[in-house]
Amino acid sequence: MWMATLALAAMGLLLGGGLGVAARKFAVTDDNPLLKEIEGLMPGSQCGQCGFPGCAGAAAALAEGQAAVTCCPPGGVALAEKLAALLGVTLDAGQMSAPQLARIDAAQCTGCTRCYRACPTDAIVGASGQIHVVLADACTGCGKCQDACPEDCVSLAAQAPTLDSWRWAKPQAA
Amino acid sequence: MFNLARIRGGIHPAAHKDRSSALTIGRVPLPPRLYLPLRQHAGAEAMPLVKVGEHVLKGQLIASSPSELSAPIHAPSSGRILEIGPILAPHPSGLTVNGMVLECDGEERWIELEVPANPFDESPLVLAERVARAGIVGMGGAIFPAAVKLKQGTRHEIKTVVVNGSECEPYLTCDDRIMRERAEAIVDGARLIQHILRAYRVVIGIEDNKPEALAAMRAASEPYGAIEVEAVPALYPMGSAKQLIQAVTGREVPAEARSTSVGALVHNVGTVYAIQQALRYGRPLISRVVTVAGSCVVNPRNLETLIGTPAQALFDACGGFTRQPAGVLLGGPMMGVALPSLQAPVIKGATGLLALAPHELRNDQASPCIRCAGCVDACPMGLLPLEMAARARVDDLDGAHDYGLRDCILCGCCSYVCPSHIPLVQYFQYAMGRQDERRGAERKTEQVKRLTEARAARLAEEEAAKAAAKAAKAAARAKPAAAPTSEVE
Repeated sequence: MWMATLALAAMGLLLGGGLGVAARKFAVTDDNPLLKEIEGLMPGSQCGQCGFPGCAGAAAALAEGQAAVTCCPPGGVALAEKLAALLGVTLDAGQMSAPQLARIDAAQCTGCTRCYRACPTDAIVGASGQIHVVLADACTGCGKCQDACPEDCVSLAAQAPTLDSWRWAKPQAA
Repeated sequence: MFNLARIRGGIHPAAHKDRSSALTIGRVPLPPRLYLPLRQHAGAEAMPLVKVGEHVLKGQLIASSPSELSAPIHAPSSGRILEIGPILAPHPSGLTVNGMVLECDGEERWIELEVPANPFDESPLVLAERVARAGIVGMGGAIFPAAVKLKQGTRHEIKTVVVNGSECEPYLTCDDRIMRERAEAIVDGARLIQHILRAYRVVIGIEDNKPEALAAMRAASEPYGAIEVEAVPALYPMGSAKQLIQAVTGREVPAEARSTSVGALVHNVGTVYAIQQALRYGRPLISRVVTVAGSCVVNPRNLETLIGTPAQALFDACGGFTRQPAGVLLGGPMMGVALPSLQAPVIKGATGLLALAPHELRNDQASPCIRCAGCVDACPMGLLPLEMAARARVDDLDGAHDYGLRDCILCGCCSYVCPSHIPLVQYFQYAMGRQDERRGAERKTEQVKRLTEARAARLAEEEAAKAAAKAAKAAARAKPAAAPTSEVE
C-alpha cells in the first residue's frame, strides 16, 4: 500500500514541480501582451483625436475591440493597415479621413507663443512677438494649437495635392 | 555557347521613326516667354537666386541646387524674370509646380562663359563638379543628376561605360539625329566620361534599325581604341539601362540592385553631348533636342529647343496640326505621359512631344485575364505581371511586392501584349504609388514618435531644472537663517 502512496506522491511532486517551473518560465507579466504591441505602433503624440485619453487609452480600446482600427488620423492608412493585420480585422480604407494639417494665418498671428507650447510634436516654430509657422513634416493635425490660439488664426485643412504627393489612380477596369 | 547577351522578353512595336528622322535638327523660334520649373530633375527643388524684375543673361545661373541630389537651373535666354511662383507642370496631374517665368528680350546675350582648359588634365571630381554646376541631368527621360552618376567612379569600380543610343521608344528620333549630326562631340564626351569614371572601356550601344547613326558613330570613334560601337537588336525596351547592360556586357543586373553592382554605368547620348559641351566650352544645359511627331503633326522633325519653351511653340514650328490630336504625350508612346495642356513647358528630360490621332491611342475595353501568360513572355525583367496585377487590383501591396513589383521598370510591354487589354502597367504604377504613400506615412509616424519623445524629455529636463533652482533658492534662504545660530555658539 505504501508503494502506491509513494508512487502517487512522487508523481504529484514531479508534475507539481513541472507546473511550477512552467508557470515561472512562461509567465505572462502583463494583462494583455497585445496592449504593449499596439501601443508601440501608435504615434505616441497623445493628441486625443481618437477620442480616448492618449495613445495608451486608444490601445486599450483597440485591444478590446471598442475602437476602429481607423481611429488614429496621424497614423493614417499605414497604421490602420498594421493594426488590421495585428487584430485580424478587415480594413475598409475608404472610411479613413485624409490627414489634416494646421495652417497659421500670418495676418492675424500676434506671436503669443501659446500654440507652439501646446503642440505635442514641436511642429510650430516661432518666438514671442514673431509670426509662427507650422512645419508640415511634423504636424499631425491634432488641433491642439487651434484650441490654444486666442486669435482664432489657426485652421486645419487637408493637405493640397502636390507633385510629390500625387499618385496614379487605380485603373477602372475589369 | 548560348548567346548570353540576349535579353529576356521585349516587344517589337511599329517604329514610326522614318518621318521625323529624315529631316535635320531644326530650331524653334524664340518664344516670348519661357516657363522654368524649379524641379526638372530627381531630387530636391532648386532655389531661386534672382528676384522678380531682374534682368538675366543667357546661361546665367538663376537657381542653385540645395543638395547633392539636385540640379541648378540656368537662364535659357536673356531677358527679365517676370514671375516666381506656381506654373503649370508638364505632368499628367495638371498640377502646378514652383517655377520662374522668363520674358525673353530677343537679344540672346550670353553671359561670359568660363572656358575650362584641357579637361583631361583635371581630376575626375573637379570635372564631375563642373558637370553638376552645368545642371546636367539624365536626358533620356530619367532626369537623374548626371554628376551623381559620375561620382560613382570613386566609390565603385566601373569597368564599362555604356552610352545609350538605342532609343527603343517608337516615334522618338532625337538620339538618332544627334548621333548622325554630332558624332564627334558625343565620342569626345564619351572619352571624357571614361576619364572621369576611370572605366576600362566605353561601348556605344545603338539599335540596328539606325544604320546611319551606326555608321556616323563608327567613323567618329575610329581613332580611339577604347571606344566601341555595337549594334544591339531593335527590341523594346532595349533603351532601359538594365537591358542595355545585359545586351552589351552579357551580365544581368541582380534583382533590387543598381547598374554599378555589375561594374557598368549607362549614360544617354544626349547627356553625353551635354557633358561634352559643359566640359569643353563651359556651356550649361539650357537647350535640348526634342522629337515632335505623331500623325497629327504636319512636318514631324527634331528641334533644338530652349528649356522652358511651351509645347505649343514646338508644334507651331512643325507646321501645326493636320487635325485636332486625340492625345498629346510627353515622351514616347510606351512610357510617356499625357500633357495637361499645350502651354506646359519642355523640361530637361523631355525626349519627345507626340500629337496622336485616335487610331494611334489605345482605348479597348479590358476583359478578364485568360491566363495566357503572354505578359510573362514579354516581361523583360522576368516577372509575372498577371500575378502582380491580380494582387495590385485588390490592394494586396505586399503580395505584389513579393512577386517582384520593386523590379518592375514600368516599360509597359505587358500591357502592350495583353489580349484582354488589361491595364497591367497602370496597376503597377498605382501599386508603386500606394507603396510610396505608405512608406511616407511610416516615416512620418516614426518622426512624430521621435519628436514626441524628444519633447517629453525636454519638458522633464525643464521641470527638473526648475525643481533644482527652487531647492537651491530654498537652501539659500535657509542658510542666512541658520548662520546666526552657528555664530552664537
